[in-house]
Formats: sequence, structure tokens, C-alpha cells
Amino acid sequence: MTDLIRLTDVEKSYTRGKEKIAIFDKLTMRIEQGDFVAIMGPSGSGKTTLLNLLGGTDRPDKGSIEFDGKNIEKLSEGKLTAWRSANVGFIFQFYNLMPILTAAQNVELPLLLTRLSPKQRRENVATALKIVGLEDRAKHRPRELSGGQQQRVAIARAIVSDPKLLLADEPTGDLDRTTADEILSTLQTLNRELGKTIIMVTHDAEAAKFAKRTLHLDKGRFDERELAA
Amino acid sequence: MNDLTLMSKNLWRKPVRTILLIVSITIAFLILTLMLSFNHALNNVNTLPTRMVTLSKINFTESLPIAHYDRIARTEGVAVATHMNWFGGYYQEMPRGFLPVFAIDPETYFQVYAEDLQIPAAQRDAFFNERTAMLAAAPVAERFGWRVGQRVPLRSNIFTNATTGADTWEFTLVGTIPTPAGSSQTGSVLIHYDYYNETVTFGRDRIGWVPFLTTSAQVNDRVANAIDQRFANSQDETSTQDEATFNKSFAAQLGNIGLVITLVVGAAFVAILLIVGTTMALAVRERTKEVGVMKTLGFSSDRVLRMVLGESLLLSFLGAAFGVAAGAGLLSVLAAGGGGGPQISFAPIVTLWAALIAMALGLVTGLPPALQAYRMRIVDAFARR
Repeated sequence: MTDLIRLTDVEKSYTRGKEKIAIFDKLTMRIEQGDFVAIMGPSGSGKTTLLNLLGGTDRPDKGSIEFDGKNIEKLSEGKLTAWRSANVGFIFQFYNLMPILTAAQNVELPLLLTRLSPKQRRENVATALKIVGLEDRAKHRPRELSGGQQQRVAIARAIVSDPKLLLADEPTGDLDRTTADEILSTLQTLNRELGKTIIMVTHDAEAAKFAKRTLHLDKGRFDERELAA
Repeated sequence: MNDLTLMSKNLWRKPVRTILLIVSITIAFLILTLMLSFNHALNNVNTLPTRMVTLSKINFTESLPIAHYDRIARTEGVAVATHMNWFGGYYQEMPRGFLPVFAIDPETYFQVYAEDLQIPAAQRDAFFNERTAMLAAAPVAERFGWRVGQRVPLRSNIFTNATTGADTWEFTLVGTIPTPAGSSQTGSVLIHYDYYNETVTFGRDRIGWVPFLTTSAQVNDRVANAIDQRFANSQDETSTQDEATFNKSFAAQLGNIGLVITLVVGAAFVAILLIVGTTMALAVRERTKEVGVMKTLGFSSDRVLRMVLGESLLLSFLGAAFGVAAGAGLLSVLAAGGGGGPQISFAPIVTLWAALIAMALGLVTGLPPALQAYRMRIVDAFARR
């Protein structure tokens, strides 16, 4: 399999007051196309920061991030934004749907950034909602949906523009076990049947079992044996 | 769905708040519409470059001896002159029945204001030939339900009728004057000077002011100097002005209209600016995480800025549209009510001013929150609680 993502000697730190907090020091890792990786680790280990770097919503202080053979860390703000909309789908713990929009409109949001016609957009939205099993909830607003349904809408929004990479930050953190398992099964299907590369941050060992492999992150470092596996 | 749909949906996220904001903006634009239309009405009465007015140097409420009129009419460069008196008229009761009634010399008055007195020859002749005849602007006659041929009792709050000892004079309405926009006859009621002069108990053989036409606008200054110098150091010194200046000074008697409008409208808009600006900033702050989500999905900072600005402009233009429409409606209701004084109708120029002010209001109130959203980093948006 070819590498979709390659991080090389990535350094990242934050400044809190006068204190500089190092998150990553020369972090190197790679993720193959079609992989489904669960990242686990204690709070403050750098899981969310890693997702931010992979998704281009934050930049490393040093080092390089390659996506599909192309460096993204030095892209201008505009190009990075365009790259993100074309290549990455985001799934958040608290869904982050727009309360003023219906499920279909929420799913349509990323397509406003494309040149698709309104008709094509409607077709893509219908397909995405069908994949997550919510075609009959298209006109419902988020407050009219359960937590699981809202997360499904968020997944439909993440896949509607057909990105290669899905980044999920605690996607089941706010759901009960049964619903969580349904969501994770959906992610598994997206990985197996549509070939989406998925990187999922989770605290939940049961959730991690749905991934192809699990990496443990602690104090900004991965377990070397897991990385090599 | 498009960006406009998103802006509109964001705007109506909290309908009560949005409605209250629109109502406050509407009130400000209603005031603006009324004030600007009032100012426009005062400043846009038809004027002729060759039409001038001589009045007392003290002010227009001071009368002049009738002898002044003859001397002015004979001044070189004066083509034709007439004279007018303020009657202080009203119909039935004040202030509802207030009317600008002028005692005039019919034949010369019709020459000096020929372009605004296009009435049927029969009505004109009837007015010329009957001393107790009266002409009224068409909206005035309509307002009070007067018909041609009807006897109309008019009262004066200045003069007493020497014949009856009362403050009432009876006139026969012999015709009505059409008053298109800008007509100098808007709201006017015309009566004979001779009849007025013979029946008042004081102020006989005095006139209010003398409008006249010059032979050419180029001689205006010379004629004005000649008239005013002729009466210099007399008991009744004069001031001669062109008609436009006279109209402005007449309006100035009501106060500095421009300043009043600026202050009232300015105060209203400063208040609105603070209210809308604060609310917009609050609204965007409430949506910090959503701004972060939009940027994460790939909406550029420029596009987010445009959408917040657009929302603010949409709010501002909605309020402006309702305010101008309400103002225009109110003015048409007032115009239908008729009455004296300048007829204030909706001035189309208000639309342009309202659009410009709405644009400025939208930009000024929307720019700070738009910049806040523009600068917001995704990581910070999600970190903020």
C-alpha cells in the first residue's frame, strides 16, 4: 500500500502565558492509504493536536507533513483551506452541526465550495444521507434528531465531497454503547467499502477495536513497536 | 442553498432579536424619510431666475406701504410686479383648519406666477371679476370638501372684519388650482387684496411683500440694489432677494432645518449604531464554534468575512426598506389629509440617501464582528468555551 500521510520530524509547541509547552518533538509517522487507525492516549498527550496538524487546521513549528506525496505545511492559508475542503472530512465529538440548517443543508455545506450545480449537489447529498441511513431525515433540523442521528449527519457531511481522509475526534464520546457501535460500524463500512482512510482519536478501547490498528500516544510520542507494525 | 441563504438563516436564528433590531432601524429610517422629505419640500418649490421678492428689511412679518409697490413696479429692469399679504387664515378651527391665505392683486399675480396658475379661463375670469371670489389649491378644496360655487367662511387669527366686527369673511370658491410637485401654489388660498384692504380694521394700505419679474436674470443684482437704495434711510427699508433666497430665508424662520435634521437623524443613527453593532458582535461571538466549523470545512476567511458583513448589510437594508416604505406611506396619508403649508410628499432622493446610509450602517456595524470572524483561528474557535 502507498503512504497517504507522512509526518517527518514534526515539532509543535504551545505558549501558555510565559510557559512554552512542547507537544511533539521530532514526531515521525506514516499512514497508508485505506488504513483505519485509532489513536489512544491520556488527556494532554497530543491526540487532538495531531488531528489538527493532519487536517491542516494547525501548522507544525518544524518538520514536514506530506499528503499523497505533497507537502502541505508550507501551503498558503488560502491553498491550505482549498486542500482541506478537497481532501479531508471532519467528524467531531459534539457533531458541530449548524442548528439553523436541516440535515440535508448541513450535508450540503462543503459542496458550496465546489463548482457542482444545485442539482448535482442535491444528488450527492441524497447519496451521502443514504450511506449513513438517514435519507428519511433530510428535512429535520439537528434538534429534531437523536445524538446518533446527528453524528450520522456529521459523517454524511464529512464524506459528501468524497475526501480521501476522514479525521474523527472522539466520534462516539457523547453516545451510548449501542449507538456508538452503530456509528463505528458505519465508519468501518466507509473504510472497507469506499476505501476511506480514517484516523480516529478515542479514549474508548471498545471503539478502537473497530479500527484496523491502534496507536498509543503518550507525551507526544507513539509506541515505536506499534508504529513499526 | 447558497451564501445568501446562509446569511438569511443566520440572521433569523433568533427571530425576536432580529425583529427588534429591524424595528429600531426602521424607526431611524422613518425619521430620516420624513425629515429629508420635509427638507426637500421646503427647498424644491418652483423658482424662476427672473423672479425676485422685495420685503421689509426687518423681516417678512413687517409690512410695507402700498406706495412701495408702485415705485418698485416702475423700477428699471422690473417687467411686472405684484403684491401679497398674509391673512392669517383658517377654516373653522385652529390648528386643524390652518391655511396659507394670501390677499393678492389678481391680474399682476397671475402674470408673476403664470406657470403655476394654469386654470380654466372661465375660473380665472370669475376670480378677476368678483371681489369676494377665492381660489384654492385643489388638495385644500378636496380636503375640506369645497365645491366650486360654494360660499366658504374663512377666519383670520390676525384681523377683524370691519363690516361685521367678527373675524370671519365669506368668500365664493370660483376655482381650484392644480398643484403638481414643486408648485409655488401648493396649499395656497388666494383672495382679493382690494376686498381684504377695505374690510380689515388695521393695516390698511400696507402690503406684505412684493414679488416681481425682471426683464432678465442678468439685471437682478442691479434691480435689487436700485430698489433697496431707493428706500434706504426711510421708515420702511427693504431687502430684495431672488426667489430661491427668499424661500430659503422663509424656511429659516422655522429654524435651521438642516441642523435640526442633522441632529435628530444623527442622534437616531448613533443610537442604532451602538445597538446593532453590539448585537452583531454578540451574535458572532455566540457562533464562534460554528465559524470554526465553517473554516474547518474549507470556507476561506475572506468568505466568512463577506458572510458576516452580508448579514449585517441584509439587516440594515431590511430595516431601511421598511423605514422608507413606512415613511412614504405616512407621507401619502398626510398628503391625502391635505392642509396648508408646503405639501410634503415622498422625495425619491430619500431612497438614494437611505441606501447610502444603510450601506454605511451595515458596514460599520458588521465590520468589527466580521474582522473578528476573519481573524479567528480554527484551533482557538474550538478551544473557546
